[in-house]
Amino acid sequence: MQEKRLLKGNEAFAIAAINAGCRFYFGYPITPQNEVPEYMSRELKKVGGSFIQAESELASVNMAYGAASAGGRVLISSSSPGIALMQEGFSDLAVIQAPVVAINVMRSGPGIGGIQPGQADYFQVTRGGGNGDYHIIVYAPKSIQEACEMIYNAFDVADEYRNPVMICADGMLGQMMEPVCVPEPREAMKEEDIPAAKPWALTGHKNQRERNAINSVFLQQEVLEDFNMNVLAPKYEKAKKELPEAEIIDVEGAEVVFVSYGSTSRMAREAMEILKEEGIKVGLIRPKTLWPFPDFAFEQIGESTKHVIAVELSMGQMMQDVKLALNGRIPVSLINKVGGVLLDPEEIAERTKKIMEVR
Amino acid sequence: MKRITVIAGHYGSGKTEFAVNFALDLKKKIDAEGRHDKVALLDMDIANPYFRSRERQKMLTEAGVETIYNTFGFDITEDLPAITAAVRGPLENPDYQVVVDVGGNDSGARVLKQFAKYLTGDDVELLCVLNGNRMETDTVDGMIEHLESIELETGLKFDGIINNTHMLTETTAEMIVKGYRLCSEVSGKLGIPVVWNTCREDLLDDLKALMDMENVYPLKLYMRPSWLDK
Repeated sequence: MQEKRLLKGNEAFAIAAINAGCRFYFGYPITPQNEVPEYMSRELKKVGGSFIQAESELASVNMAYGAASAGGRVLISSSSPGIALMQEGFSDLAVIQAPVVAINVMRSGPGIGGIQPGQADYFQVTRGGGNGDYHIIVYAPKSIQEACEMIYNAFDVADEYRNPVMICADGMLGQMMEPVCVPEPREAMKEEDIPAAKPWALTGHKNQRERNAINSVFLQQEVLEDFNMNVLAPKYEKAKKELPEAEIIDVEGAEVVFVSYGSTSRMAREAMEILKEEGIKVGLIRPKTLWPFPDFAFEQIGESTKHVIAVELSMGQMMQDVKLALNGRIPVSLINKVGGVLLDPEEIAERTKKIMEVR
Repeated sequence: MKRITVIAGHYGSGKTEFAVNFALDLKKKIDAEGRHDKVALLDMDIANPYFRSRERQKMLTEAGVETIYNTFGFDITEDLPAITAAVRGPLENPDYQVVVDVGGNDSGARVLKQFAKYLTGDDVELLCVLNGNRMETDTVDGMIEHLESIELETGLKFDGIINNTHMLTETTAEMIVKGYRLCSEVSGKLGIPVVWNTCREDLLDDLKALMDMENVYPLKLYMRPSWLDK
């Protein structure tokens, strides 16, 4: 880790990506993530990388398609409506199995929405706004520090799985400042080393090997079925076994368990302390991966727990995964705010007590 | 004490936190002296939609500090680069003591250009907030480059420097001293004074033990919600 510095979230995200060996960035401005392209436009060339301001989000995701196909380490970033524009591209990246890392600094919606923080992209990022049976691996950091570590590792996960990986931050994390230790810079992969590391990449056959092809079209239905069932599906099954992560706090013996991710989980954390002082035992499950969802964490919820509460900045999108994980075992409630309005720890505590009155 | 104080600087340097503290303290001082000047905080941050002084409008208004930003009367957060003409009132009216909080960097300070005629007189002080812990202002050269880029963009000259070297909850007195040394060197090179050295209230004793520093400004943290430090 590098020395501790005071960094703005978006700035730190860009540094973490460059330190992870990312050398290609394609972006289009959108609040509240503009400091990512701003930093990349200034700094990426200094390490021999390429920055392009695309003419739209659609263009930037397709530029990522090209650079990743050639074996580059690619980052794209945007915020909710921009990520929505990219959805066709994500489906394409999944079918060509391109390792691309995307940062989504979420704002509120629907539509153009507002520029204050939101978490209503949950469906869009975990269910896929694009067509077909594909998945994106999604990480959700709670702090700038954690975001940096997730971004740094995301490039390796993307390479290992040959799949797009998204870091779902939010406007609060993007815009706030925190003391951060960014992971140490790694050497970027040299062009001559790409063919060995990524034998599928379009590096030029030079009449030394069979031609590679990046293919997103399967004209025969049987071939497409085979690709879905025998290439993508086993990869996603492996991801479900290996990747789910969650932070689990005080769940054992808790009367109430909060489920909350991202910066919102920090409000839930303060609410837990308020409730603890009043003698109410509250636990927290904080999903660090949104897809695959950390179902395993919910096995730790025991007989003592009467209520599980999704605390999120959406109309209950993550709550659906909580319900699936619990499979009807315990009633699930929602404490939320939307439209860019933030929850307040006091309010979470009050609403929790109201929910506890319901038997 | 000048009538108009303009607070500019790097984004993340702590301009807004200082501006809010300064406006509230100014109002208290005026009340204590039995004077009747009005105090206005002009939030001219149109570069960044987060962590702006208008978020503390309720507290400021209750304390008697008028907060002026847009014509909508609430914290509208779309990317509207618009400031209400009402900001001209306090700038023109000598009954007001005015604190101007502008957006970060040269691009955020650009907005000052249209008010240049109010900001060049004898009753105006233009201050640059510098945080020696920020990556682009952690050296003397970086600080000077940054300060001069704002001057170039706005056509205005800084009258002084505020050493606001901090690391949020992890700030130490040693950091403030480090910032003091950097800012003093900048001050020497540019020939403008270090007007304030800010210090979180709970660190005042630590700082005193370390160094007998002049112009220490005790800060309360108004802008940072408590849950951010969980």
